[in-house]
Amino acid sequence: MQSLQKITSRFIPLRIENVDTDQIIPARFLKATTKLGFGKNLFRDWRYENDDETKPKADFVFNQKQFSGDILVAAKNFGCGSSREHAAWSIQDYGFKVVVSSFFADIFKNNALNNGVLPVTVTDAFLQQIFAEGAEATLTVDLEKQTITIDNTGASETFDINAYKKTCMLNGYDDIDYLLSMKEEIAAFEKAR
Amino acid sequence: MGKTIFDKIWDKHVVKIIEDGPSVLYIDKHLIHEVTSPQAFSGIEKRGAQLFRPKQIVATADHNVPTMNQHLPIADQLSKFQVDTLIDNCKKHGVELYGLGHEHQGIVHVIGPELGITQPGMTIVCGDSHTSTHGAFGSIAFGIGTSEVEMVFASQCVMQSKPKVMRINIEGAIQNGVVSKDIILFIIAQISASGATGYFVEYAGSAIRALSMEARMTICNMSIEMGARGGIIAPDETTYAYIKGRPFAPKDAEWEIKLAEWKQLFTDADAKFDVEININAADIQPMVTYGTNPGMGLSVNGKLPTLESITDATEKQNFEKALKYMGLTPGQSLLGMPVQNVFIGSCTNSRIEDFRLVASIIKGKQKDPNVKTLIVPGSQAVAKQIIAEGLDKIFAAAGVEIRQAGCSACLGMNEDKIPAGEYCISTSNRNFEGRQGAGARTMLVSPLTAAAALLTGKITDIRTMLN
Repeated sequence: MQSLQKITSRFIPLRIENVDTDQIIPARFLKATTKLGFGKNLFRDWRYENDDETKPKADFVFNQKQFSGDILVAAKNFGCGSSREHAAWSIQDYGFKVVVSSFFADIFKNNALNNGVLPVTVTDAFLQQIFAEGAEATLTVDLEKQTITIDNTGASETFDINAYKKTCMLNGYDDIDYLLSMKEEIAAFEKAR
Repeated sequence: MGKTIFDKIWDKHVVKIIEDGPSVLYIDKHLIHEVTSPQAFSGIEKRGAQLFRPKQIVATADHNVPTMNQHLPIADQLSKFQVDTLIDNCKKHGVELYGLGHEHQGIVHVIGPELGITQPGMTIVCGDSHTSTHGAFGSIAFGIGTSEVEMVFASQCVMQSKPKVMRINIEGAIQNGVVSKDIILFIIAQISASGATGYFVEYAGSAIRALSMEARMTICNMSIEMGARGGIIAPDETTYAYIKGRPFAPKDAEWEIKLAEWKQLFTDADAKFDVEININAADIQPMVTYGTNPGMGLSVNGKLPTLESITDATEKQNFEKALKYMGLTPGQSLLGMPVQNVFIGSCTNSRIEDFRLVASIIKGKQKDPNVKTLIVPGSQAVAKQIIAEGLDKIFAAAGVEIRQAGCSACLGMNEDKIPAGEYCISTSNRNFEGRQGAGARTMLVSPLTAAAALLTGKITDIRTMLN
C-alpha cells in the first residue's frame, strides 16, 4: 500500500450529497478480475454523454479544466451504497490521494483506508469554506498532525483517525500483513471457543 | 449494566482489541461471489499465503449471471471470464461453490438462509453491502470490501471498529396492504439515507415479532440503505422453526445445544442504546420512492416535497438534480403515473413469500399490455418451490414470464436492464441514478405494490385492490 504523510494540492469540488458508489464506478465496470485501470471510468456516467468519451458533459466539474489536483472534496455522505472496493480503486487510479467530506459512508471509508486513500472528515462549516474557494486555491493535509488547512486563508481544522490506521497510512502498512502475523493467536482463539 | 444482543455476539468474536484502533473480529461464515472475490484470491496468491479456513467459506455466482438459458455458456465474454475465474479459484483453494446449474445456486443472501448456513449468534461477512440481510436471524452480518475479503481469506478475521448501537421499535399492527418492505422504506424516509451511518441497528417491537423470516430479511437487507453497518433481529420461535430441518442446520443433539445457546441471544432489559427510535406501525402506509436515494420515499398517495419546503441550499440543489433525473416535479402526486417496467426480484424481495404475495394479487388477472416485466426468483430452490406450489401457472395465465435465479435488474450487470428514461417499479433496494441501466428511473416498492402496477400499468394504491 502507498504511504501518505503530508500533501499540498489543488482540489476538485464535487458539491453533490449522497454520492453513491454506483456513480463513482457504475456496475458494468465491475466485471474486471484485476484492480487496474478503473480511473478512466471514475464517475463515468456523470462525465460523458451516452458513455461517449468524445462527448464530455460540460457541467460536470471533472470536465472543467480549471479544476485539478490530488484532493477530491465532496458534500456529505460520500461513498454510500454498494460495498464495491472498485470505487476506492477508481478514485486512487484517477490520482486522488485524499477525499474530503463532512460525512463518509462506513464501508467506503474502510475501503479507502485499505488502499492508501485518506478520507478526511471535516465540519459542515469548514466544508462550505473549502467550497467557497476558487480553482487556484490549495489545501494542505498533514496526517502526522491530523490537520487540514485552506492555504489561502490559513483556516484549519483537525480531523480524527485512529492511531492504528494512522500508522498504517504513514508507513504504507496493510491489515493483511498484520493479520497474517496473528495466525497462531487466531488458531488459539478458535480452540478456546 | 445489561448488554444488547449485538454486544453479546460481538464480544464473543473479538480475538484482540488493538489499542486506539479497530478490533480483530473472528468471522464464522464467509460468503463470496464472482464480482468482489477475484482480486482477493489473486492478492492472497501474490503474498504466497493459503486460505486459512476454506471450509468456512461458501461461494455462488449471482451478480453477473444471465436469467435465461443458464444451461448455455454465458454470452457476455467478460461476465463469463469472471464466473469462470470464480470456478477456478474455488477449485484451487478448496472452497464449496454453488455455481450455475447447481441446485443450491442463487443470490448469496437468499441461499445462505434457505440452506440453513445462516444461524443465530454467528458473525457473517460477504463482499456485498446487503449482507445485512442475515441479521434477521440474530447474527452480526455486514458487507465488506475486497481488501477485507482478502483479510478473511488470510486469517478468518476482519479489522473492525465497534459501531454504536441504535434500536428501532415498531409497535402495533400494520395496516392491510402494508408489508415489511413498506416498513423499512418508511424508516429510511424518516431518518434519511445516512441516518444510521456508524450504527448497528436492532429492530424490535411487536410489529417485528409478528413478521415471518422472509419479511424480517427484507427489513435487515435494507439497513445499509440508511447507512447502518448492519441490522439485527433477536431470534425467536419463528427463527428456530425456519432453520430447523434445512440442509446445513444443526441436527439431533447438536440442535438442542445450539437452540439453548440461541435462546440467550436477546437484548437485556437494562441494556443501553446510543439512539432509540419509536415507530407506530399503524402510521405506515404502502411506500414508493421518488428520488435517487432510498431515503427519498413517501406514502403511495402522498405528494413530493415542494421546493419551498427545503431550506438548505445544497439539499435543494440535490433535490432538483434528483427530480430532473426522475422526470418529476416538486409537489406532484405519483398515484396513477404510468410505468413501463416492473421488476420483482433481488436479495430484498425474491423469496417464496414474495412470490406468494404477488400471485395473490395477480391470480386470475392479466398483466397490463404496456408493462414489460422481469420476474426473477432469488434461487433455484425458490424457482422450484414456485412450481411446486403452482404459482408458475398463475404468472403464466397473467401473461408473465418467470426467469432463472440471479441478481438481475437490481444492478443491471447482466442483460437485464431498464431502458433510459423509462420508469421501473422495482422490489429491489436501490434507486440510484443508472442503477438498473443508464438513464433508468427506479421507484422502490413492496411486492404487493409491484403486483398492482403490473396489472394496472400505473402507480397504484394496493389497498384499493384488496377486498
